[in-house]
Amino acid sequence: MIKQKVRVKTFKIDDITVTGQSDQTVLEVAREHNIYIPTLCYLEGLSCVGSCRMCLVEIKGCRELAPACTSKIKEGMEVVTTSPDIQAHRNMILSMLFSERTHTCSVCVVNGNCELQDKTVELGLEHSLVPYLEQRFEIDASHKNFVHDPNRCILCTRCVRVCDEIEGAHALDLVDRGINTRIIHDMDEPWADSQSCTSCGKCVYVCPTGALYEKDISTEEKLKKTDIILNLIKSRKKDD
Amino acid sequence: MTKIRLATIWLDGCSGCHMSFLDMDERLIELAPYFDLVYSPYVDAKEFPKEVDLSIVEGAVSSDHDLEMIKKIRANSKTILALGDCAVTGNVSALKNLYGTDAVLQRGYFELADINKNKRYPSQIVPKLLDKVIPLHEAVKIDYFLPGCPTPADAVYETIKALIEGREINVNELTRFGK
Repeated sequence: MIKQKVRVKTFKIDDITVTGQSDQTVLEVAREHNIYIPTLCYLEGLSCVGSCRMCLVEIKGCRELAPACTSKIKEGMEVVTTSPDIQAHRNMILSMLFSERTHTCSVCVVNGNCELQDKTVELGLEHSLVPYLEQRFEIDASHKNFVHDPNRCILCTRCVRVCDEIEGAHALDLVDRGINTRIIHDMDEPWADSQSCTSCGKCVYVCPTGALYEKDISTEEKLKKTDIILNLIKSRKKDD
Repeated sequence: MTKIRLATIWLDGCSGCHMSFLDMDERLIELAPYFDLVYSPYVDAKEFPKEVDLSIVEGAVSSDHDLEMIKKIRANSKTILALGDCAVTGNVSALKNLYGTDAVLQRGYFELADINKNKRYPSQIVPKLLDKVIPLHEAVKIDYFLPGCPTPADAVYETIKALIEGREINVNELTRFGK
């Protein structure tokens, strides 16, 4: 395969002139220049899938808002990261995330340590803008150390990506479509029966909500360790 | 100074948010000159009065009585504040929705009942459960939302004070879902 040359591109984010490499995304360049764009499914060190749409931005000339985490930069492009329209979209997306599954924060093991919950504070959402759908999924507590509660899953696929890209096991994947989509282990088997799961716990540590959690741990204990990915990548590079 | 006419009520909730109201402690004395409490579980008023300036509603809409009450509250209140996660999201009260009303009644009145020889669900006095527990804003228009389970006393105090003084505050700095 012929590798494309990486070039330097200059463009504008919120009227600030920035530069980045042509293989970078709008989000990466924005973060390098300390311009904040809210994210949920994005996790540094993992591939970007743009599944949560929290990082929607306006790109001048584009008819629709685009996710910053999957939009590659272009020379001379003009990006707007905040506007009343973008805020309204983000609030609606957040409302939909809350309404699709059952996120009863007060009885959740990650209450106070949840990225979805944090987003309501950050975006100023006080109540859901759409009715709750209240569908129920079976909880998988078969694993000796961990629990999978699809009722609290936002389908960000961080767990799928970390298992595939960092652990190299690809024990997790998605099944079904739309509102019925679920994270599964192997061929939709109980977690305990998964042949490919190494029980490393990385999926649990990067899960932004209470969909994956450690057994026998209280809400006061720190459950999530999202920085584990970057630390692993760094130490693996050192070993090379 | 004209005192505002204040009402508080809990629908399908645990009264925890009303406990937070009391948890304002001495600040209640500070707020007391600004309002007349015309209806509340704290006072002995039987009928929801007319021309209420501010109604603070805790709990979700779960039964036909709750629905009737929230409509009455809306018709007689200038402003409604949804207090706590049950009022704002349905919260624990709405967990019933995952199984459905029939399953919950079956469990509560038959499977776990020691005395219910007739095997009947009470149809009198006890309000009839709706098919689905809903947050207040799915039933009527709500003016202000204050999440939290329960809403912290500080958040209740700051919000009531801001409403009395007619200024805006950012409730997300004071409270959030779940906490």
